[in-house]
Formats: sequence, C-alpha cells, structure tokens
Amino acid sequence: MRFKWLYFLLSGIVLIPGIVSLFLFGLKPSIDFTGGALLEFKFENARNLSASAIDEVVKEKGFEVFSVQKSGENDYLLRMQPITKDDVSSLKTSLADKFLAIPEEIRFETVGPILGKELLIKTIIAVVLAAGFILAYVAWVFKNFKFGVCAILAMFHDSFLLLGTFSLFGRFLGVEIDTLFVTAMLTILSFSVHDTVVVYDRIRESQKRFPQIAFEDLANKAVTETLSRSLNNSLTIIFMLLALFLLGGETIKWFVVALLIGTISGTYSSTFTAVPLLVVWEKIERKRENK
Amino acid sequence: MNKKRILLWFIIFLTVFCLVIDFPKDFPLKFSIGKFSVDTKISHPRIDLNFGRIKFKRDLEIKKGLDLEGGAHLVFQADMKDIPFENRNSAIEAAKKNIERRINFFGISEPVVQTAKSGEDYRLIVELPGIEDINRAIDLIGSTAQLEFWEQVEASPSAGFKPTDLTGKDLKISQVRFDPNTGQPVVSLNFSSEGGKKFAEITSRNVGRIVAIYLDKKIISTPVVEEPITSGEAIIKGNFTLQEAKDLSIKLNAGALPVPIKIIEQRNIGATLGRESVQKSLKAGMIGLLMVALFMGAYYGKLGLLADLALVLYGLITLAIYKFIPVTLTLPGIAGFILSIGMAVDSNILIFERMKEEQRSGKPWQIAMELGFGRAWDSIRDANICTLITCFILFNPFNWGFLNVSGMVRGFALTLGLGIFISLFTGIVVTRTLLRVFYKG
Repeated sequence: MRFKWLYFLLSGIVLIPGIVSLFLFGLKPSIDFTGGALLEFKFENARNLSASAIDEVVKEKGFEVFSVQKSGENDYLLRMQPITKDDVSSLKTSLADKFLAIPEEIRFETVGPILGKELLIKTIIAVVLAAGFILAYVAWVFKNFKFGVCAILAMFHDSFLLLGTFSLFGRFLGVEIDTLFVTAMLTILSFSVHDTVVVYDRIRESQKRFPQIAFEDLANKAVTETLSRSLNNSLTIIFMLLALFLLGGETIKWFVVALLIGTISGTYSSTFTAVPLLVVWEKIERKRENK
Repeated sequence: MNKKRILLWFIIFLTVFCLVIDFPKDFPLKFSIGKFSVDTKISHPRIDLNFGRIKFKRDLEIKKGLDLEGGAHLVFQADMKDIPFENRNSAIEAAKKNIERRINFFGISEPVVQTAKSGEDYRLIVELPGIEDINRAIDLIGSTAQLEFWEQVEASPSAGFKPTDLTGKDLKISQVRFDPNTGQPVVSLNFSSEGGKKFAEITSRNVGRIVAIYLDKKIISTPVVEEPITSGEAIIKGNFTLQEAKDLSIKLNAGALPVPIKIIEQRNIGATLGRESVQKSLKAGMIGLLMVALFMGAYYGKLGLLADLALVLYGLITLAIYKFIPVTLTLPGIAGFILSIGMAVDSNILIFERMKEEQRSGKPWQIAMELGFGRAWDSIRDANICTLITCFILFNPFNWGFLNVSGMVRGFALTLGLGIFISLFTGIVVTRTLLRVFYKG
C-alpha cells in the first residue's frame, strides 16, 4: 500500500482519456435507444451504386436519413427515421428503378422513438437499483459503511472505464451501445464487487485475528494473500472470454469485448483501487479521531 | 456405507443421468469389433408421464431463441382511446388471446405473445420464430378485422351506404372455398342462428340492390342480392388470391380485435447469421474450457484435475437443466453460460488457495482441506450473492414495467444465474466429495 498514490495515478491515466471522450463525443447509441430504422440491402450487378446515390433516393421519398454506410462489397446499411414495412417495399422499388437491380433485404429493424427513450430510462433504473442493492448488501455483511462505499467507488471506476473506452470506440470505430452492452456493464458491476468482496473479506478476517496491527499493514497482508487467487480467477474468466472473442460469433463480438475490459479492470480495481481507498479513508478517520 | 460413499454414488448416478439427457437427437452409433457390429442411433428419451390428472411432458430438445432460430420480433401498441380505464386490462388480454388464435391458424410453432404495460401504454410483444413471410404475419396480426354489412340508403345504383346491425360478431365460422364456376378462392361465412335471421331480413329488404361488405371500414366486396338468403350462409367474392382468402378466413374466425393495434417495433433476424454464430461460439466455449482445464491442472496439480472433473459435471448438469426447464437459448444466453464456466472455477480456486495457505502454516493436508472449504465459504457466498442480485434485476421475473423485458437480456441473466447455483453445487459439494474420496495428499 505504500504505492497507493501510484495506483491512483495509474487509474487516473487510464480513466481520463475515457472521461474526456465521454464529454466531448458522448456514446454512440444504437437504435435500441434512439429509435429509428436499420435497413441493410445487398445489390447484385447494380449500376452506379454509391452511398450518396442511395442517400439521395431515400431523401427524395421524403424520409430523414441519419447515415448510409457501405458494409460489404455490395452491401449498404441505412440508418434512418422509423418507417413501416410498406415504406420499405416502396423504397425497394425506387432503389430498383434507380440502380437497375433489385436489392435483397438482409435486415430490417425499426424501433419507435418512444420505445427508445423508455429503454434508456429502464436501463438507468436497472443500474441504479443494482448498485443500490449491492451497496446495501456489502454494507450489511461488513457491518461498516466504509466498505460498502469504497466497493461502490471501485465499481464506478470500472463503469467509467468501460463507458469511456466505448465512447472512444464509438468515435473511432463506430461501435454502438445497445442493450447487450448494458447487460455487459451490469455483469461487470457485479463481478467487480465480487472480486472486491473477496479482498475485503480477508481484511475483515485479519482485523478480527490481529486487532492490534495497523490497518495499512493488515491491508497489505490481505492483498498479498489474495493476489494470486484474484489473478487466477480472472485468468480463467479471461481465457473463456478470449476464446469467445477470437472464435465466437460476429453479433456478440463487442459484447464480449465489453466483458473482457470489465473483467480486467474489475480485477485491477479490487486490489489497486478498492483497498487503497479504504486505507486512505481509515487514515483520515484516524487523524480526525486523534485531533 | 459412510456418508462419503453415498454422496459419491449419488454423483456418479447424477452424471450418468445427465449424460443420457444430454444426448443429442439421433446420435449415430456405428462400430464393429470382429464379427460383432453395431449400427444404430441412440437418442435421449422423451418424457411423457401421467400421474392421474397430472401430465408431465418434455421432449428434451434445446429450445432456440429468436436470434438463433431466425424469425421476427414485433411490438404492437394498443390504441385505448375508446376504452374506459377499468376495461383496458381485460381488453389487452382479450387482444392477446385473439392474436394467439390467429397465429395458431398460421401454423407457427412456439410463438410468444406477451402483454406489456409501460406507463400508460398497453403493448403486445409477439415473437415468431422461423417465420418466413413477416409482412404477411404483420398484416394478419395487426388488422382489427372488423366485419360489417352495409346496405344502400336508397334504391338508386349510386346511393351511399349505411350500416346494418349484422357484423362479424354474428359469424359462427368462416372457411375458404372455391367458386364452382370460376375456380377462384372465395371465403364462405356461416352465421349463428341470430345472425342468420338478421341476414335473411337484410337480404329480403335489399333484393336487386347492393349489400356492401366492409372490413375495417373499407369495402371488400359489393355483391348484388339476387334473392333473400335464409340458409344463414354467405360467400365473399373479392378477387382473392388463395393466400388472401386464407388470411381473411383466419381473421374472421379469430374475431375482431377488441382494440386496434399499431406496430411500433419490428426486428427480423436471419437464421443463418444465428446458426453460424452458435457454432462458432460453441467451439469457442469448448476451447476456453480446455484452456481453463489445462491451467487448473498445471497450477494446482492433482487438485486441479479433480476440479476439472467437477467442471465437466457442471457442464453436463447445466445442459441437462436447460433441456429440462426448458431454457430458451439465445446467443447472449450462450455467452452467459460460457462466462459462468469461468466463474464456476472460481469457488474451487478460492478453496484451493485457502487450503494451500493452511498447509503452509503447518497443518496436515486433511485438516487443511476441511478448513479450506469452511473458511472460503463466506467469501464465496458474499461474492456470488452480488452477482445474483444483478441477475435478478436483469431477469425481471415479476415483469415490472420499469425494468427491461427484452428476451435476449433475460436469456443472459437466466443462464448466468442458473450457472451460479449449479456451480456452487459442483464447486463445493462435488469437489469436496471427490477430494475426500480420492485425494491422498
């Protein structure tokens, strides 16, 4: 724990770009949250095909377009306002007329705007509830508010790290935030606390056995004792996630990435954030008592 | 037999039981030894039990979620403006049953129709796995199907129409027939006795005039009445294709929806994408499992191998439970399962580390082992409860409106939560029994 300021600094270095990005660029929400339609077309032997040409055709029909992306050889992904399936048919006809080839509809998703906003609210409620209950449980088990709060702070550290990274991903790689991401975040929340609890458990046990030793030394001891266990545990989970990421399906790729980042940061934060925070808190309390 | 042995036999029995359930359908078995050859297919059993009035049936196949099977996910919103507050709940329930009837006729296996309330809005969530013609399904489900018969205001051919009291409610059954003259598909209507009477009156009143048939306020047929019809039967000829006739018949038979609905969300998921993803993810899961197993063996030696056995059992039991409940598997669900494998090893790691510590402090290994299990339990319990809290919120078992009801997220929460419970069992009970019986320091 002598190096706790170093750990805080490290956290800061990793967190700051993420938080800055969050403020500057925000997150890239998928239509799950914003509402809108996602239409993916594939053309065979089309003439003069280009994203801007497609954009024109759609706009001419009076629809608001958010973006047109090329997602493959003759594959285009259209993001636009919510539309009905009848609109899709009429769009297809117009596209066929313009490009002299009938487009094949690969994917069509539409989410009404109200639904999108609702989902956002539900998500926030879920996160707040989860955090609240976990805090209450930890505080209850450890009979000490300190432990609960520091555990939650470590949890926030991980959440912001994840959000910040995905904000950067969104800006530079176009990765979107959808319901799966939220699931990943909630899982990481609980995993982070899971890990933290193990270390705290050790500290509490040491406190009981050696009440006369200074807190900082107890914390050091606890950390050393649990470090190998913590690492091994995370390692097994990381193995599984890596395998999923490298070999797994396309649709859950970013979901797995989120879980990976969260697992690594969760392990780090349990030992190098949650514990130093607790030590610092103790010191401040001690100083106040001795005044 | 002492307790250890009893537990051991129980575990062996459980393993075999799960193995049998886990067999895929029609697993080919073909080999020959000398003159003795086997060429057959083995498969898991189907469960079909009858205890008097209680039936218990499971076909023990893995149910695939929408994203694995391919299909459509639709959300409809009900327009409740004409319905008083007290009747809204029953209206949406009636709408749900109506839609279920329509979908049944359509022949979709395992559809999901759910009501959902969000604030003031009443919604219907419809999932149709394996459906090919989504637009047809949307038309079938979304149209109110209010059938009405209107007669002319006065006798001139260009006169407007006014409604009669004959509606779809008076219909007993409707069927698709073929016009004997033209061979075209038509929809036949059989009225109830009340309806038959009304129909007779209307046709008598309007001989030589047009009686218009309205569907959802739009005219679909304008036959001229040739003579009063007292048989209680009518035919709708409307230049239908066979499909249109079928769909109309289905709608009429199901009845008009008690409240009009409008589609607000639609997602089509292609099956092939799902299938590829599953195979890849399963392969990834196996490889991950192998890596974990190797690691445990390498780091903890014999202890690790025993933990690996427990892990295999974990996999078997989990799969069997998925088949038993049954759990609808989605891709995030598979991810949850794979993740829980990693977490399953966790309890073992906690215990083993504890054991090493106790041994280092000089205790003989048998005592160290028992102590390890005992002391590690507190951490294991606390840590897993936190994850369970999150799973509970994600799964939303009581369908609370303020939390998410999405199928995919729930699938993940379910597999993760189940995984934790099962891993607690295999990680602690199974490993401890195996250790007590087989491990000799």
